Amino acid sequence: MNWFSKLLPSRIRTQGGDKKAVPEGLWEKCGSCGAVLYRADLERNQRVCPKCQFHMRIGARQRLDGFLDPDGREELGGEITPHDFLKFRDSQKYRDRLTQAQKKTDESDALIVMAGRVEGVPVVACAFEFAFMGGSMGSVVGERFVRAADHAATHGMPLICFSASGGARMQEALFSLMQMAKTSAAIARLRRKGIPFISVLTDPTMGGVSASLAMLGDLNIAEPGALIGFAGPRVIEQTVRETLPEGFQRSEFLLEHGAIDAIIDRRELRQRLASLLSILLHRRHHAPVAPSLESPA
Amino acid sequence: MNLNFLEFEQPIAELEAKIEELRLVGDDNEINIGEEISRLQSRSRELTEQIFKSLTPWQISQLARHPQRPYTLDYIHHLFTDFEELHGDRAYADDPAIVGGVARLDGRPLLVIGHQKGRDTREKVRRNFGMPRPEGYRKALRLMELAERFRLPVLTFIDTPGAYPGVGAEERGQSEAIARNLLVMSQLRTPIISTVIGEGGSGGALAIGVCDRLQMLQYATYSVISPEGCASILWKSADKAPDAAAAMGLTAERLHELGLVDRIVAEPLGGAHRDVERTVANLRDSLSETLDRLCDEPLDRLLEKRYQRYIGYGRYNA
Repeated sequence: MNWFSKLLPSRIRTQGGDKKAVPEGLWEKCGSCGAVLYRADLERNQRVCPKCQFHMRIGARQRLDGFLDPDGREELGGEITPHDFLKFRDSQKYRDRLTQAQKKTDESDALIVMAGRVEGVPVVACAFEFAFMGGSMGSVVGERFVRAADHAATHGMPLICFSASGGARMQEALFSLMQMAKTSAAIARLRRKGIPFISVLTDPTMGGVSASLAMLGDLNIAEPGALIGFAGPRVIEQTVRETLPEGFQRSEFLLEHGAIDAIIDRRELRQRLASLLSILLHRRHHAPVAPSLESPA
Repeated sequence: MNLNFLEFEQPIAELEAKIEELRLVGDDNEINIGEEISRLQSRSRELTEQIFKSLTPWQISQLARHPQRPYTLDYIHHLFTDFEELHGDRAYADDPAIVGGVARLDGRPLLVIGHQKGRDTREKVRRNFGMPRPEGYRKALRLMELAERFRLPVLTFIDTPGAYPGVGAEERGQSEAIARNLLVMSQLRTPIISTVIGEGGSGGALAIGVCDRLQMLQYATYSVISPEGCASILWKSADKAPDAAAAMGLTAERLHELGLVDRIVAEPLGGAHRDVERTVANLRDSLSETLDRLCDEPLDRLLEKRYQRYIGYGRYNA
């Protein structure tokens, strides 16, 4: 309460409190330019700031929802759920952390897999849920990814993965490290079968996920401004004892250093990936089903 | 404090110092102190046995990083003949944090790759404390592909705190270098045996550790993150490293129980550095035996088993 409201008689103060009746979260501030945005507009724009084109983080389900055609979707691997087999306990029990993350996100773990179509092209698409323990990769994420790759291999469908992860899940100790080898082995098999794998790196893709499946795409595509790297910037700063250059480990930095094929605006991803896949698969070109809502500046 | 001994070994160090003192006195003294010395020596042995019988995971982590512990090149020189080191990734540089080359084990040609730490300060810096940069992993990859072309089995020795977290390493694609090794090793058409000889630090270790058989020296460790790193993230304090070491179960014994490690190679009392010859002999036995077995196996079956091994990792409800 500020000094002004303290001066007001209590009756008026109560009326002033009515402002709280406005539904919370109707507005959202852009994390980059600070513009106050009407949330419905922001969601319609796939959480890209209409003012500065900043790509805000987006949930896994929302991501797949916006990416896949509305019809004929099927979730895969949803029956696989986490299990605290090591009885891992730090300042908190892993079991409790899992329960909290599940409540918070309404997901059972940090990767969601769906079979469906993108502008008519059949695909298997998966997306990391960063809000679920930092999108960390443990046994469930690894297994669901492999099921996605297997489904893609069996049905001859390309695989697309949107990564957003801090890395391996420490609470599953060496098992989570082994998920790096597991997912990489599955990608090796896809490659041998000539099935395309497109890795879309989104903010952030770090550690064990970037050092395995996320860097192994036939095409590595990044969203603008995403933080992508092996070691976290703070760790590097502590090691080299100097401040890091502007834009270090951002998508544009990776493009410049040759690590990724292209940077694509989120609002164009659907159409451009469909077109890229059609080329790799020798499919006939067809016009996009629906024009994108808003083209970027 | 005797720096050749770790903190928990200091009682042993004190006894050893006493024995040394007596020896010096013994030279110019009439009294027979030989008896006293042998009494103290057997006490020292008992004490060591007692301490080493119930080491905590944190104590084992310290042993795995012991400054006197044998490194890859020590094992290479003791185990093999005709070793010829091969340098460079053919693209950017030669990374001294990873060494590799062709050699023979009891006459059998093979290719060996390992992380390499330095012994004195200058070499430590040159070897970057055993933390490879992307060119190190790309050298390893180049050598593995060489091994595949010439049907040489690959032995790797793992001993790193992790891949180097530096600006240049990121610029040159540390992630991609590690990821590519995982992918290629998962289908490399030649047998691969990996041995963790010291620290198995995260992705930087795994990048030369995808294999048909994984073995660990008794006091080596293997983990997804260092105990200090884990503690500072999950406990918000690096002082909790002993707790993190225990929670992660990074010891050979625990990982063997969990089915992640195939074989534990015994170390002599007090650790590998107390009797390098003994350690080398144990390592030679297990490597020869495993090589015999793997080289007998048809390659396609070996590769299918390797694939199933990695696809099978993970514990979940389904």
